[in-house]
Amino acid sequence: MNEIIETGQFSEKVFKIVVSAPRIAKSRKPGHFIVLRTDENGERIPLTIADADVKQGTITLVVQKAGVSTTKLCNMKPGDKIADLVGPLGKATKIKKVGTILACGGGVGIAPLLPIVEGFKKVGNRVISVLAGRSKDLIILEDQIKKWSDEVVVMTDDGSYGHKGVVTVGAEEIIKREEINECIVIGPTVMMKFTALLTKKYNIPTQASLNTVMVDGTGMCGACRVSVGGKTRFTCIDGPEFDAHQVDFDELILRLGGYKEEEKRAYNAYLENQNK
Amino acid sequence: MEDRIERRDQEWRKELRLKTKGRERTAIQRAEMPMMDPLERVHYQDREVNIGLDLNTAGQEATRCMDCVNPECVTGCPVNIDIPSFIKNIERGEILKAAGVLRETSALPAVCGRVCPQEKQCEAHCFYLNKLKKPAVAIGYLERFAADYEREHGVAEVPEIKKNGIKVAVIGSGPSSLSFAGSMIKKGYDVTVFEALHEIGGVLKYGIPEFRLPNNIVNSELENLKKLGVKFEKDFLVGRTSSFEDLKEEGYKGFFVASGAGLPSFMHIPGENFNGIMSSNEYLTRVNLMNAAKDEFDTPVFKGKRVVVVGGGNTAMDSVRTSKRLGADKSMIVYRRSMNEMPARLEEVKHAQDEGIEFNTLTNPVEYFADEKGHVSRVRVQKMELGKADASGRRRPVPIEGSEYDIDTDMVVVAVGVSPNPLVPSVLPNLKVSKRGTIEVNEETMQSSIPELFAGGDIVRGGATVILAMGDGRRAANGMDQYLTEKYGK
Ligand SMILES: Cc1cc2nc3c(=O)[nH]c(=O)nc-3n(C[C@H](O)[C@H](O)[C@H](O)COP(=O)(O)OP(=O)(O)OC[C@H]3O[C@@H](n4cnc5c(N)ncnc54)[C@H](O)[C@@H]3O)c2cc1C
Ligand SMILES: Cc1cc2nc3c(=O)[nH]c(=O)nc-3n(C[C@H](O)[C@H](O)[C@H](O)COP(=O)(O)OP(=O)(O)OC[C@H]3O[C@@H](n4cnc5c(N)ncnc54)[C@H](O)[C@@H]3O)c2cc1C
Ligand code: SF4
Ligand code: SF4
Ligand code: FES
Repeated sequence: MNEIIETGQFSEKVFKIVVSAPRIAKSRKPGHFIVLRTDENGERIPLTIADADVKQGTITLVVQKAGVSTTKLCNMKPGDKIADLVGPLGKATKIKKVGTILACGGGVGIAPLLPIVEGFKKVGNRVISVLAGRSKDLIILEDQIKKWSDEVVVMTDDGSYGHKGVVTVGAEEIIKREEINECIVIGPTVMMKFTALLTKKYNIPTQASLNTVMVDGTGMCGACRVSVGGKTRFTCIDGPEFDAHQVDFDELILRLGGYKEEEKRAYNAYLENQNK
Repeated sequence: MEDRIERRDQEWRKELRLKTKGRERTAIQRAEMPMMDPLERVHYQDREVNIGLDLNTAGQEATRCMDCVNPECVTGCPVNIDIPSFIKNIERGEILKAAGVLRETSALPAVCGRVCPQEKQCEAHCFYLNKLKKPAVAIGYLERFAADYEREHGVAEVPEIKKNGIKVAVIGSGPSSLSFAGSMIKKGYDVTVFEALHEIGGVLKYGIPEFRLPNNIVNSELENLKKLGVKFEKDFLVGRTSSFEDLKEEGYKGFFVASGAGLPSFMHIPGENFNGIMSSNEYLTRVNLMNAAKDEFDTPVFKGKRVVVVGGGNTAMDSVRTSKRLGADKSMIVYRRSMNEMPARLEEVKHAQDEGIEFNTLTNPVEYFADEKGHVSRVRVQKMELGKADASGRRRPVPIEGSEYDIDTDMVVVAVGVSPNPLVPSVLPNLKVSKRGTIEVNEETMQSSIPELFAGGDIVRGGATVILAMGDGRRAANGMDQYLTEKYGK
């Protein structure tokens, strides 16, 4: 169980990991995530299921090296076993035919966007995807997204690929050009905040997939709580997708920094150990 | 019942009763529990506070018990353990036999001896307390003694079990499930326990800290169950990883749901989502399940210096005492009623006081304030007074206008209750649940509105005790056995 079958690399920091998890492969739907622990001393971290192969009994994770846990995971090799892996968790994306979908993905957020784009396309929507990253090598999975989109617009902060500018610039051009019935956004919290502000201006219903800190991922601890429409909700069981216009992103950004000092210390200690 | 009376008439019991005069028995002082020094123990999260009685003291304490004709203590125990019978076995030095008596009704006597609120249950009904106005027989200490002795000296026998090949699934691995699994495996069923987390044991592992209930005690019970043939699947969330339908297709004929009361409550007051404010479940899970306080583990945890814990139950006591052990200078309880209404076990409150925990009773938080980084820095509290009794029979706390004041803090743990885990009801629309979200069952058989599904523990009671959860597991095992026997034959 939980054996790594295949690994790959999209960019300097973004890796693909295919893990054997037959039951999860069978049960998962777009929008679901898993929680894993790389080893006995590891922490429990949430990762979206980017893809699954029921026949092979595998799920695909796309992971960005951020700190200790993700670095440990990205350094694992085929044949290695992940100590613990549980899922699928969270609520699946509500996929139905609504007309035209604007799908915005930023950085590693493009990975969880993929199954959602695929889902919306398969039920007959017109799908326009906007992919954004700081520079060219941070745009991942472009070909796979293209397969399920009617149009793909790429935005980079430095203009090294596609159009120069942030995601909202590309998104606004499309919104002005044609009628959008629904928007979905996954990426860094700041990006989701500004995308939500933009679509609110145009009154487009928008779902954002939130990356809160989590511990159990089963609704037991409340570490993942967010304010949505003034109410406290738990991202792991009520989300991870919420009405982006109701989410208190500023609170979320503050909460994401909650363990920053502890994390930095842990990461430095980890690097030191690695170099010994 | 029959059993107990017959046992009381056994020759050795009669002799033992005559051996020591009543007056001599009642003259003995109640045994004191030897424990680690408070000043020393506050440095260790994983060292048990209570050390346990030795053979001599246990024998002496057992001698106090009058072997009453109508042992009221038994009526106070939610599973009606034959208390005098196990105690008299201790008095005559047959400790393993004493443990055997406990095992007839309790799957985890070493756990219950430690965590039962004895002062409200068995001991509250003891003849000593009620008729002699003397401290009750220390039933809890003796129960723990017998169970520990068995673990250390006994050879766990693995009985011959005739398998019937019928597969049953147990959802969750807390005390209710463990008790159910133990009963069912002995009845010949093929039992698999599914647990969502990466450790087996439910609250016994992720909630109750090791300074009250060491993990090795729970682990040794798990080993016994494994030896009997119970299978455990961790990292498996039933209803998600596989549906109930999937499990039926795999041949499972009966389901026992004991998924607990995992969902933490918050107070929904301003500022409650600032960093440094967390539920007791989060705090205890980080420390107990994830070992966050130990350097070699990756999970982080705040080590607050001025810690405020809101609540007065066992979870509040466990959290506040944990914070002290993780290096807080000041750890305090903020509780809206008075000391008398605190639901926590009396012993834990006493231990907390000895460890220097501050108690702010009749006080309730109303708002939190944070520093510029969004980390909690102050809590505004309001004084309360006790009004009329409410539905729970306890006097309702009423805020005193204009009594607000601020307490400086850098970490807050909210321990104001939990509600039933919503997952199983949410995936089974035909399952009858109460307004509170608890699964409705027939109280005798623990069968739910779905015939092959039985339930027990906190998911049925909405938050109870280890012993009640275990009692449910046992009853459900009998109920399900009867149901499956009728359906599939022996
Ligand atoms: C539902 C969900 C799905 C996710 N899916 C993916 C995914 O598919 N691929 C992926 O690479 N990442 C995903 N994440 C984020 C991932 O869980 C975090 O990057 C990871 O927990 C960081 O752990 P670490 O020890 O490597 O870094 P840490 O040292 O813990 O953190 C490094 C930095 O990352 C930030 N951070 C910490 N935890 C999180 C978090 N949960 N989310 C976002 N930032 C965080 C910290 O503020 C810090 O600045 C997801 C998060 C959630 C909640
Ligand atoms: C901190 C704390 C201290 C306590 N102290 C005491 C005490 O001193 N004395 C006392 O008598 N009681 C105490 N209690 C209460 C007691 O622990 C509970 O009443 C008891 O554990 C309930 O047992 P249970 O079997 O119903 O479930 P739990 O012990 O809650 O276990 C339920 C398990 O089910 C798992 N689960 C849930 N859903 C699923 C699913 N769908 N699939 C798979 N697994 C699932 C959960 O992860 C969990 O591990 C305390 C509780 C806490 C939290
Ligand atoms: S199980 Fe609990 S209530 Fe029953 S006798 Fe033992 S300690 Fe007392
Ligand atoms: S009531 Fe007290 S004295 Fe009587 S049998 Fe029970 S424990 Fe012994
Ligand atoms: S991660 Fe613990 S409740 Fe959501």
